[in-house]
Amino acid sequence: MIPAAFQYVKANSVAEALVLLQQHGEDAKLVAGGHSLLPAMKLRLSQPTVLIDIAAANDLKGIAVNGNTLSIGAGETYHAIASSAAVKRTCAIVADCVGQIGDIQVRNAGTIGGALAHADPAADLTAVFLALGGSVSVASASGTRQIAADDMFVAMLTTALDSGEIITTVHVPVIGAGQGASYAKLKHPASRYAIVGVAAMVSMSGGKITSARVAVTGAGPQAVRQTATEQALIGTDGGDAASKAAASKAGDDMDYLGDIHASEEYRRAMVKVYAARAISAAVAQARG
Amino acid sequence: MTAEATTRMVGRALKRREDPQLITGHGNFLDDVKLNGMTHAAVLRSPYAHARIRSINTSKAKALPGVVAVYVGTDMTDVNPLPCAWPAGGFKNNLNTPRAIAVDVVRFAGEAVAVVIAEDRYIARDALDLIDVDYEPLAVVVDPEKATHPGAPQLHENAPNNIVVEWNAGNRDSTNAAVANAQVVVKERIVNQRLMPTPMETRGSIASYESSTGEFTLWSSSQAPHVHRLLLTAFVFGIPETKLRVIAPNVGGGFGQKIFVYQDMVFCMWAARKLGRPVKFVEDRSENFKSSSHGRDHVTDVEICGTRDGRVTGLRIKTYAGLGAYLSTIAPGVATTLYGRIVTGVYKIPNVSIDVIATYTNTAMVDAYRGAGRPEASYLIERMMDRWAAELGMDPAEVRRINFIQPHEFPYNNGLGLLPYDSGNYAPALDKALATIGYADMRREQAELRKQGRYLGIGISSYVEICGVAPTAWANGQGWGAGLWESANVRIHLTGQVVVTTGSLPHGQGVETTFAQIVADELGVPYDNVLIEHSDTAGTPFGYGTYGSRSLAVGGTAMVKSVQKIKEKAKRLAAHLLEANPDDMVFADGKVHVKGSPDKSKTFGEIALYASVGASMPNGEEPFLDETTYYDPPNCTFPFGTHICIVEVTPETGAIELKRYVGVDDVGNIINPLIVHGQLHGGIAQGIAQALFEQAVYDDNGQLLSGTLMDYAVPTAAMLPNYEIDHTVTPSPVNPLGVKGAGEAGTIGSAQCVMNAIIDALSPFGVQHMQMPATPERVWKAMHAHK
Ligand SMILES: Cc1cc2nc3c(=O)[nH]c(=O)nc-3n(C[C@H](O)[C@H](O)[C@H](O)COP(=O)(O)OP(=O)(O)OC[C@H]3O[C@@H](n4cnc5c(N)ncnc54)[C@H](O)[C@@H]3O)c2cc1C
Repeated sequence: MIPAAFQYVKANSVAEALVLLQQHGEDAKLVAGGHSLLPAMKLRLSQPTVLIDIAAANDLKGIAVNGNTLSIGAGETYHAIASSAAVKRTCAIVADCVGQIGDIQVRNAGTIGGALAHADPAADLTAVFLALGGSVSVASASGTRQIAADDMFVAMLTTALDSGEIITTVHVPVIGAGQGASYAKLKHPASRYAIVGVAAMVSMSGGKITSARVAVTGAGPQAVRQTATEQALIGTDGGDAASKAAASKAGDDMDYLGDIHASEEYRRAMVKVYAARAISAAVAQARG
Repeated sequence: MTAEATTRMVGRALKRREDPQLITGHGNFLDDVKLNGMTHAAVLRSPYAHARIRSINTSKAKALPGVVAVYVGTDMTDVNPLPCAWPAGGFKNNLNTPRAIAVDVVRFAGEAVAVVIAEDRYIARDALDLIDVDYEPLAVVVDPEKATHPGAPQLHENAPNNIVVEWNAGNRDSTNAAVANAQVVVKERIVNQRLMPTPMETRGSIASYESSTGEFTLWSSSQAPHVHRLLLTAFVFGIPETKLRVIAPNVGGGFGQKIFVYQDMVFCMWAARKLGRPVKFVEDRSENFKSSSHGRDHVTDVEICGTRDGRVTGLRIKTYAGLGAYLSTIAPGVATTLYGRIVTGVYKIPNVSIDVIATYTNTAMVDAYRGAGRPEASYLIERMMDRWAAELGMDPAEVRRINFIQPHEFPYNNGLGLLPYDSGNYAPALDKALATIGYADMRREQAELRKQGRYLGIGISSYVEICGVAPTAWANGQGWGAGLWESANVRIHLTGQVVVTTGSLPHGQGVETTFAQIVADELGVPYDNVLIEHSDTAGTPFGYGTYGSRSLAVGGTAMVKSVQKIKEKAKRLAAHLLEANPDDMVFADGKVHVKGSPDKSKTFGEIALYASVGASMPNGEEPFLDETTYYDPPNCTFPFGTHICIVEVTPETGAIELKRYVGVDDVGNIINPLIVHGQLHGGIAQGIAQALFEQAVYDDNGQLLSGTLMDYAVPTAAMLPNYEIDHTVTPSPVNPLGVKGAGEAGTIGSAQCVMNAIIDALSPFGVQHMQMPATPERVWKAMHAHK
């Protein structure tokens, strides 16, 4: 539990952080809340020689609503997000999700940018981000770009980010009238990470579901959309029977992990149970 | 009401006087201790659970700047392996204990293979990566029963089939006959899983050595400094006991794990002497999990039998107890005496036979963990009472009641080799618990909800346990290698301040508070004038330490006896001052007066001043009020009680909600209800943790899968219910305080309470038993397997 030696530098802005990243190259790593990176370093699974601390970078802070988009600075902590009136008003699923992450110490330090960049198989936000169809703004020495949620998660602990890139802002849609989004989570008893987490977002019109996005985290190596479930929902009234029928298709076509607390068999079954819960709650919200 | 009654301290819910220092960050724990010239140790641990060490190359590590020394096992063979102080059950040359650092063979993953001593802890850790060890992996066995099977990997040449000891209590023949002839027999296989004690502060050692005198000082996060001093000097180093001082700073929880001697104590002392510099080693959490003691690990086949009207006539038990790769300090006694001799619990069972086969496995050592043997016993008998009730279609409360040992049968001999149970009255605790939970109503509600597809379970556990294990002569008969008395010295300083030094030492038990409450009342002095000193072998009389819920029953009694001697002397001195007959003196309200003339008196302060100055002592009296007692109780004490809880399980997920938890505990007289409740709350939390969350898991290769707190599920307060705690009070006749002990009762009463409730909830699904922990997955599977 003693990390290897490293150098620590603090970046006060994204620009500073980019310069430092260029300077130190491959051996450097960004650190935000540190709640994924430092445990890995203490076990010497990760041994960066330079840590660039972006926790105090002001341009990674801020929560703003622009039209139909809620934009959250990548450096905002879970606690700040969970207690933000703007988030609760426009996209309550995000506040609700981050409010369930870890414990109070984790929520005071962990950041939304760190969570998405790290892409832990059991992270909560990854599923929510996918279900909402969000995007991230990314900065690097060569400029900025957007990465859509659907392109973000590539493999276990691997994202579409390049090594010199920093997530600056996370964008998610404002949940409007006729829409609903909800996250349902089975907590790991030791870590509170998701054993299974399912996020669902639906849009309804005339009593019917017109679009749906459902994503699962925790159960397998990476967060994944559940297209069979989504398809099954569209055109239905989203009632109990329809939700359950659609949820029963969740998780059939994905990879699984297992541990001493929950086997693959159990996770498979729970994906369906939690999908039904998330869908029902999203539908209820959409119905108003 | 007399003045004394209003100012009495005993019985008050005083907050612990230990706490302000701890909760304001002013505690002084092992890792806070820093000495001049101190070096830091890091341990290279075997990644294999069983392997031959072909070679170790430490040269690169030694060359790293800042590394002071690197030692391997063969460097330290001039000192002995750790001793086993409780070789219970008789040993035939197969007692194997660990060396400070493994020599030739490693037998569990995490065993020390080399130790680096460096200028700081970071360098020490870095150097570990530079040590090359060539291992030849050997076959591994981790299951305590499989270890005995033919062809199983052998851990020690002197222990065929990996058997440590085969132990029996009770009457085999009468029990075999009872089972053979019974109207009803119920069989079960019951696993009591391996647990990791997880004190909030991990363990460690700091050793310094003074070459001019040959004296060691060892700071250790310890529950028993005097015992460590004795074992390390007389048994490991072969030096006079006086050459070692052991100091326990603040201790951040122990739960048994800090009773034992460990490898780090030895290598820190050895290296400190070799290097002439202090050496510090503090475990990190992974090391604590991998290499400090674990608890439980029983696999048991049990049969209970009796008559159709519910009377139990026989109990036949065979237990495989895994003790790990080597024997920890008191491990064999925990798996035998502290378990097998109380396995009938609160019931009068005429025919009992228990076999314990204790085995070596390629795992961390297993020893006493909160409750030590008694949780295993109470889990077994209480699960079986529920199985028994279910088999007969009887109410579990009723079945318990008709089999209880009756009040007139105390002192009660259970036929298993204990001294008789001291006192008990089991039905009132059961009745109170049933009334508090509203048993009949809950059963009705349960039936109602089942019709709606909701599954409530009600679990009952009636338990008895053993505290303050004694007397020494009896313990010696059980193979215990030392004493089990306790000491206390009481001194009254010139200013009237009272100083108690005791071999007991608090690490959460509140000994400083409760002991002061007792002394304040006994002497009629202000509570704040009583100081309790402990935890340093320099300045405290030899004592055996704090564990087994013994501090108050044994150490507290030693203190009261010293106080009584002080009072006797005070009376003699007051008689001299008042020119009265010593036999006519009365000690009351902090004064000594002449019987019948309350005005002819001396305050205790006046007497203390007089005695401390000592200018004109009466004939034959020494100056100063200073008395010491070494108290060896005539028996153990036997706290008991009934716990009842309500759970609801959700069929869809197997989720378990613990809705209510009632505990009615009889711990004898209560000195401080707040502290007793705190002990019970913590104890129950650990029992619930075993039932629902915690399991130390080794895979077949002997790798610890539950090796971090991200995997080992220690519950937080938010995962636990509110406790509804009440008491009956049956004073113990064993000691003058009438106390029984409260440190472990909560743990001993609780795991089976929760499991019984879960299995009750699952009974519509045909579930009769389930192993711990009852994870949602296990519950879900049980519900779906029977659909
Ligand atoms: C006890 C405990 C319990 C936890 N429980 C949960 C839980 O229930 N649910 C859950 O989802 N998570 C949980 N976590 C993880 C927690 O949410 C982490 O904080 C989060 O995964 C990472 O965020 P961070 O800001 O701490 O990132 P860091 O640890 O600082 O960094 C993680 C990785 O992301 C990179 N990074 C950080 N910020 C950026 C950025 N802006 N741009 C590009 N790369 C970046 C870093 O270089 C690093 O590789 C838990 C952690 C702990 C220690």
